[in-house]
This record gives sequence, structure tokens and C-alpha cells, in this order.
Amino acid sequence: MKCSYNWLKEYIPLDGVTPKELARALTMSGSKVESVTELGADIQNVVIGRVTAIGKHPDADRLFVCSVDTGDGTPKQIVTGANNVFAGAVVPVALDGALLPGGKKIKTGRMRGLESQGMLCSGDELGLDGHDQPGADADGILILDDTFTPGADAAEALMLRDTVLEFEITNNRPDCLSVIGIAREAAATLAAAGQDAGTVIGRPFSSGNGAGAQSGISGYLTVTVEDETLCPRYSARVVTDVVPGPSPLWMRRRLRACGVRPLGNIVDITNYVMLELGQPMHAFDHACLRDGRLVVRTARPGETLETLDGRARSLEPSMLVIADARDATAVAGVMGGAESEITEKTKTIVFESASFNGPSVRRTALSLAMRTDASSRFEKGLDPTATLPALERACQLVLELGSGEPVPGVIDVCAPLAPPVSVPFETARIERYLGVGIPNAGELLESLGFVIRDGSALVPSWRSDVSVWQDLAEEAARLHGYDKIPATLPPSKNQGWLTEAQALRARLNELCVSLGFFEMLTYSFIGPADFDAARFPADSPLRRAKTLRNPLGEEHSVMRTSLLPSLLEALSRNVAARNPDVRLYELGMVYTDEGEQLPRETRRLVLGGYGDDTDYFTLKGAVETLIGRFCRKRADFVRASGPAFHPGRCAEVMIRGRSAGLIGELHPTLLRGLPSGAAACELDAELLLELSQPDAKFVPMPRFPAVTRDIALICPAGTQAADVRGTIEKNGGHLLEECALFDVYEGKNLPDGARSLAYRLIFRAEDRTLTDGEAESAIQKILRKLHDGLGVTIRS
Amino acid sequence: MLRQNLEELRGKALQAVRDARDAAALETIRVGFLGKKGELTAILKRMGSLSPDERPSVGAFANDVRAAVESALESASGRIAEKELERRLAEETVDVTLPGNPFRAGRRHPMQTVLDDVTKIFLGMGFSVAEGPEVETTYYCFDALNHSPDHPARDPQDTFYFDDETILRTQTSSVQIRVMEKEKPPIRIISPGRTYRKDEIDATHSAHFHQIEGLAVDKGITMADLKGALHTMMTGLYGSGVKLRFRPHHFPYTEPSAEVDLQCFACQGKGCRMCKDEGWIEMLGSGMVHPAVLERCGVDPDVYSGFAFGVGIERLTLMRYKINDMRLLYENDVRFLRQF
Repeated sequence: MKCSYNWLKEYIPLDGVTPKELARALTMSGSKVESVTELGADIQNVVIGRVTAIGKHPDADRLFVCSVDTGDGTPKQIVTGANNVFAGAVVPVALDGALLPGGKKIKTGRMRGLESQGMLCSGDELGLDGHDQPGADADGILILDDTFTPGADAAEALMLRDTVLEFEITNNRPDCLSVIGIAREAAATLAAAGQDAGTVIGRPFSSGNGAGAQSGISGYLTVTVEDETLCPRYSARVVTDVVPGPSPLWMRRRLRACGVRPLGNIVDITNYVMLELGQPMHAFDHACLRDGRLVVRTARPGETLETLDGRARSLEPSMLVIADARDATAVAGVMGGAESEITEKTKTIVFESASFNGPSVRRTALSLAMRTDASSRFEKGLDPTATLPALERACQLVLELGSGEPVPGVIDVCAPLAPPVSVPFETARIERYLGVGIPNAGELLESLGFVIRDGSALVPSWRSDVSVWQDLAEEAARLHGYDKIPATLPPSKNQGWLTEAQALRARLNELCVSLGFFEMLTYSFIGPADFDAARFPADSPLRRAKTLRNPLGEEHSVMRTSLLPSLLEALSRNVAARNPDVRLYELGMVYTDEGEQLPRETRRLVLGGYGDDTDYFTLKGAVETLIGRFCRKRADFVRASGPAFHPGRCAEVMIRGRSAGLIGELHPTLLRGLPSGAAACELDAELLLELSQPDAKFVPMPRFPAVTRDIALICPAGTQAADVRGTIEKNGGHLLEECALFDVYEGKNLPDGARSLAYRLIFRAEDRTLTDGEAESAIQKILRKLHDGLGVTIRS
Repeated sequence: MLRQNLEELRGKALQAVRDARDAAALETIRVGFLGKKGELTAILKRMGSLSPDERPSVGAFANDVRAAVESALESASGRIAEKELERRLAEETVDVTLPGNPFRAGRRHPMQTVLDDVTKIFLGMGFSVAEGPEVETTYYCFDALNHSPDHPARDPQDTFYFDDETILRTQTSSVQIRVMEKEKPPIRIISPGRTYRKDEIDATHSAHFHQIEGLAVDKGITMADLKGALHTMMTGLYGSGVKLRFRPHHFPYTEPSAEVDLQCFACQGKGCRMCKDEGWIEMLGSGMVHPAVLERCGVDPDVYSGFAFGVGIERLTLMRYKINDMRLLYENDVRFLRQF
């Protein structure tokens, strides 16, 4: 919210407090200032001048030479191309060295041979439009009226100098969406810092004839409120003999400083009161209200309304409207209707000042997609006692501006008001809660309008956000200054610990990093197209994903059920960036919809990469090491298939007989440009955690020598290395310490399709030196079983 | 005569050893003098011509000569071997400025590093780590956290919905409630995790981000404790020079509430482009747990008090490494990941 510093000064003496100092103080007391903007600073050395004489330029048909009195006794010769200047015209004059909005600089120069000691300015050149200054949008120089004195600084005279503070007001403080609200905060803030800032609270407004009797007004207007919940209070006054016209300069400037466009005296008054007091108002043209009636009701099915912005709106029965005897003529708290809009022909008006149900206004504004200054205030819940002062202020301004005659009396349809809230107040308790002494807490609260009495604080009507004593603690703390609260540490008796699972996950991360993988972080939501990209079949259970109702886009609309699509996305980004050698991993969450309200959230581990020497076997090596170290158990790899994988290079990873996931080279059609050999592995991290074995078991160093034998085996086509190894290990007995494949040979001198696999077998006994004979008989047994079971023979 | 021959032989042999330049030359000398067909052997063969009186002394002398030559050969061989080694090593000189062989090491994501650091800091203060679901009910994310039924945070423009009562959590604060429902005070937890808000993705916003929630509930917890805990965290992350500013704010689930700003590193608070001329950078939201939140979780606010905070890990990370675009954190480009 924007607030004019000049306007604030009407409420509190700000002598000696610069706008920046004020901004800082208010930021630290809870009204955060987003920006401080000096208005008019971009206009320098522009003065009011009076054209005393004008004549044609001798050498240019379209130029005029003016003699201009700029108040310093020396008439200036200024050449202008505008043709609306006349002798006696009062105009803004940019003198030599002047600065204009947009950074334009004016210097004395020559125009067609004649000296021009400056420039006569148009409205546009001063940054003004027709709303700011009547005539400013006309073609030519801005002609001012005679109230402007030659020699005066134009920016001052046109009241263009001000400072705007832009606030970020939190949702709980709609009372601060007003000059008076900010003034209250400023006064309390400055007072807490020891500066006298006067008192703002309870400043009365009066139009002289608004109180009590409905004598006059009842002849013009009746108000019926059909829904007291949605409209707890509806107050109205009538003004006759309206003289439409622009509002005065000071009012226009203040509206503009606060970001509101001046439109005409009556509408400007309603906006002015809203900005000043925070109470939105509306003005109806009385002539357009059938039967002089206003009915506050919900919209009828199918009812439509053309709003002030010229758009036809379809209303819904949940929306509250202001209607005349027949039709809706305003959307309550959001926007008025075009039909009853104030025009130049308006003679009599009705000022509305009401209290509407916040959530209802909010929903209406949202569903009509028209959030207005009024609706954004109402939606936060406004003070119902504020409607009458706002009407008084509006009528006071009507009189001040000579814009019309307020009819005596006010209509005020009001549901019973809630009594003022009383909150227990105890300084010592607040001090204990905050951890700082604030002996003057009571005074601080009083400076904000609280009434402290008998151990309780009476909350002012505009502070509906205060209901418990902790709220009072905040009020006291923020005025005292959060920076005066010391920094202590909560006494702790315990050391903090990671749970076992958390510690294991940390270890898993360490292992992945140590194996050369970079950790990636990918989005938890993906798009259905990512399932296609990962080649998941149409009936894949992985497609049964939790789906967002309001995603940012289709590509972020479902919760992932697998980390593979995320890995593919990351790999493709690296391929696109031409990164030659990539290894990534993520220990991330997947979300499985099992029909419950919340999906099952489980962790999976994905590893993958491409380039360099990456292929199935390098990744397998990494996974073997990972599982070997994390679970202290050798993983088994069983031929398998998965839609995302190369059909001949894919395996299921088994740990202790349980399936932990798939590993394989990626299917070549997955990713354009993906180098061959790109491989991935997705594992069930929960299973890894379950099977993890954090502590190693020490095995003593062998004390006796081993017997080592190398054997080369001819394996018929289709024999799997895992079966050969399994047979060797199963039959090697307790003497077989190690069985390691060291050569694979295919080709000449072997039967068709057969392979030669060469193993180094190490035999050792724990308690003695093994004899060759013992090793030999173990090997014979192994060879026999290999032959009988797999048709494998020894290569001679 | 023979003695004289031996003397000459010795002189010749020692001279030859002195002149030898490599192992081969030494070997030739050894064979030439001491070998089976060597000169010494030849002389010794002539020992039979000596009288028995002469034989012992000449024999002893011959042995002395042999020992002298052998010893000379040995020390020369050591000297030459050393020289040869020196020469070989000199030949093996490499350009030490050539690059080393690539060594493949992975890295943690910078955000995880920051998260780990924060976790360590809080473990040290007696906090443990709690976890909760990302897909969450509106009860835990809003109702229990004292959001009115019409609170704007619930708006589908800001929050991702699966159905009317199921959402992607907008804050890790939901974990506060789950913890307080299960555990009795004293409670000290942090809860890191993913959170989601419907922000369009740009340099400073992500629809998907990470937070660390902190919660301490005990008898006598004060706002000063909150300040101390956060100060400890920021000092741990950014060094002892950090300056924090606690600024009043509003959150439905804390009272009093504070936003915490960090003094801009780039300008030391004077105002610059990085801090949008404010001198301070908004880092996190915090406050004393609202009594309504405690009560709803069965914690008596007349006996216990607590503080809570939620801080965006993205922002902590961007600040720490001076990264200028949040999107980089999720692109997983190895040129980025490699840097940390």
C-alpha cells in the first residue's frame, strides 16, 4: 500500500523525521516499507511564468516568440512551437538548467536564430495527464489559472513534491491500509522511541448534520439488508445539489501519490476517504435507483450486471449485491454498476459506507476475477464501527469542496455489534514469554489505542487481530523493538541424534558420491508425457500416480512413481548442453497411490550416466560396490527386462533373494543424442536400508598359505556366468576362499556359440597349509559338477 | 719375482678399476684379473715353482692382492651403480606440469551440503530430525496451524490440490503438528523437506522448494531463545560476521511473529543491487508458537511455550555460494554440480 508522506504529516508532526528514517522505524515496528519514492524530484528549476507578449518568429512560420515574466524582474525571451499560448497566459516555464521527468535537460539555446531562454512546458512534459490537471492532456502548453504566481517553483505550486512510502501490510492488519492506520503506527513507534508524535487515535470528523435523525434522508432513500451475515452493517447518506467537476489540486495529488487516478470530485471523495480511513465507500447516482431503494441481497439466478469497468458480469447466487427496487446495481464490496455511475449530469447521490463479510467478498472478487482496492480491504475484515465516521468525513469533504449539500440524517442498518474484546494483560508474564524486560508494556499498548484496566487490555475496534495475551506480547515487543530482545540459547539437556534410518541415508549418499556420482535434485511432480518418454506401458502400475487438480502445467501434474523419468530429464539436459561425461544419482521420494487419502511416500535410489567408459558393466560395478559396502552382501544380477532398458542388457538386482530394482543400459530410443552405453539403475532405497549392515565384521588375516589354480572352462552357448560361478562356489567347499573371473574368450577353436570363461580359484585352510592334493580334489569335484549340471568342460 | 708380478698386477688392476666407467667394464676387469683364466689365477698357477719357504708368504700376499682388487671392484661397483641410477632417473624426468590422470569423484548437491551443515548445527543444540509427508491433508497444513477456513494461503492459486482435503504441503510446519501430536514436551526438532507453492518458476521462485522447519517446545522457552537459536544457525552457516535483523511480521501459527533479515554481504547493509537497495535480505519466518496451535495438539499453553521457524534452503544456498538463479539448483547440469 502506498502512503503519501505529506498526508501523514496532517496526522502527526514529523518534524525532524525524514521519510527514510520514518520508513526504517516503521519497518522495525512491523509496517514494512518496501520502497521510498520521492515525487517531483525529477522536476527542477521549472517556475510559473506569465506570458506578457507574444509575436511570430521572424524566420519561422510555426514558431512564436514570447516574453515571459518569471518573477525575477527580468523578462525571458522564449521561443515556442505551441499555438495555444496567448498574452497573459500563466504557464510552467523550464528555465536554463531545468530538469524534466524522463531526465530531459533544458538549456538556453537558439531557435532559428533567436535566443530561447528556456521552454514553455506542456502537461505531458511535466508528467501530468488530464486526470492530474485539467487541460494537461490538451495539445500545447499547459495553461494554468491566475491563482498561480509568476516566479513560484512550478513543482511546489502544482503540489508535485511529496514522498511516497510503499508498505507491505500483512493480512492481519487491514487497519493499516489507510493513512490514519499508518499514522497510528507511526505515532506509537515514534513515541516508543521517545519522540513526541502527538495523538492520532479518535480524531473526530463532522459534517454538522449527519447525526441521529433520519428526518431528511428518509424522504430520499430506504435501505433493506436481506442478509445480515454477509452485510452486518450498511450506512448511507444522501447529498443533493451535486456540482460535478474535478476535485481540488491537493486531493488529486494525494490520490495520485497513493496510486489512485483522480476521476471527479464525488468519486475522488469516496477514494480519498477509503485511503484516509481504510473504509471503502461507494457513490450511487440517486436518480438511477428505482423507488429510491437500496436492497442488500444475494444475486438472483442468472442475474447479470454491467460493472463500472464496462464489462458484463454474470452473477451467482452466492454473491452479495446492492440492488435497487428491481436490479442489482453494484457487486457488494467489489465494484459499482455502470448504470448508477456518477456522471456530469448527476444531481443527487447516495454515499454507501458498509461492512461486508470478508471471505464472501474475497470469493466473489476471485470468481469474477476483479480484485479491487475495496475488495482487497473488505476481504481482510474491516471495523464495523468505521462506517459512520467515513460517511461524516465524506460529507465534510463535500462541504469543504463545495460539491453538494448533505441531506440531514443517516441511514444505518446494523446488526448488533460485538462488544469490545478484553484480553488479560500482565507485564511480567509478557516479559517471561519474550525473555526481555518491558516495564512500560502498558504504556506502549495504550499508545496503540488499547485501554489498560484491572489486569486486562480493551482492544480497539480496528484491531480484530488481537484476541489472546500473546498478541499483546507482540504489540509490546514490536514497539519496544525486537532488536532489544537478547539472544539466548534454550537450555538443552540432550544431545541431538539422527535416527538410524537418517544416518543410513547419509551413508548411502556418501557411498554414491565416493563412487563418482553427482547428486541431482529433480522435481517430485512430472508429466504423463514423461511416462511415455520412459516407455512405461499403458497398463503399467507406475502410471497410477496421484494427480494434481490444479498443476502449473501438464508437465508438472502427477507425482512421480519412479525416479527414472527424472533421471532421463536430467540426462537429456546434459546431453543438450553437450556435457561429455555424466554420472548422476538421487536418493529421492516416489509417491504411490494406494487408494488412501495420502499416497505412500518411499525413497528410491537412482544412479545413471553416460559417456567416458560408462556401460552396463561399469554401472554394475558401481552398484556391486555400493551394495557390497552398504549391505555387506554380494548382489546377484538376474537377467530381466524393463521398458526403459536395452532388452539384452538389463538385470534385476537381487539382495539376499529380494528384488531391489533394475539395472541396464537405457533403451536407445529413449533419448535423442544419448551416447550408447548410457545406463541406469533404480533401486528400492527402503529395502537397501532394511538390508543395510552398517558395521563390518572383522575377519582375521589368513595365517597359512593359499593354493591358487587357474581354470579355463568351455561353456556351451547360453550358459550364464552366474550359474558357472554358483556351481563353483557351491561345490568348492569351505576351502574355496575366492573365485574370480579373469578372462572371457569367444571365437576360434571353440564350438559354435560357446565361450571360454577363465577363473582363478584360491583355496585355503584356516588351520594348516593346504596340500596340492586337497586343492586338486576340490577342483575335480567342481569340474564334475560343472560338467554334469551345465555341460561345461575344462579347456585343455 | 712372483711377488713382483703380483705387485704389478695389483697396481694394474686398481688402476683399471679406477678407470672403469660402467658395470660392464668392472666385470671385464673382474674376469680379466680374478677369473679362472684371469691373470691372478695364472700367477698363482706358478706358485708350484716357489720354494716351500717362500710359498706361505707369497700365498698370503696373493690373497691380499685378491682382497684388495675385490674390495676396489665392490666399492667401484657401488659408485657406478649410484651413477647409473642417477643417470636413469635423470632420463625419467617428466613434465610435472602435465595434467594428472582424471580421478572420478562425485559431489553432493550444494543444497544438500547446506542442509547437512544446518542439521549438524541443530544436532549440536539438542535438536533431532523429524520427517513428515509431502502430500499432506489440509488439516495438518492449515487448520491445525491456525489458518482460518478462508485464509488466502489455501487458495488454489497458491496451493496445489489433489482434492478438497489433500494438498502438496506449502510448508514444513505441518510436521510440527504431527510431532506435537505424538510427543510430549520437551520437543526439539528440525524438519527439512520439500514444499510446494504455485509460483511460476523464475530466477527467484520455484514451485518446488525445500524448507527446514524448527520447533522447540518446553517450559520457559522465550523469544530470546528463538533469536539465539537462529543466530547460532546463521553464524554456523555464514561465519561470525553475520548480522541479523528480527522484524515484526504476521503468521497465523506464531505470536509474536518475526521475519528475519540477513545483512547483505555484498554491501554490508549500505544498499546495493543484490539486496534491492535495502541493505538486508529477507531469509526466514519465525515466531513463538501460537497458543491455539499448542492447544490443538494437546500441549497446555499455560505451562509450555515454544518457538518455531521455517527457512528456505534454496535461499540459504543461493546466499552461501552467491548463485544468481534458483533454476540452476534443479537443472542438474554437471557444469553446475561440479562447482561445489
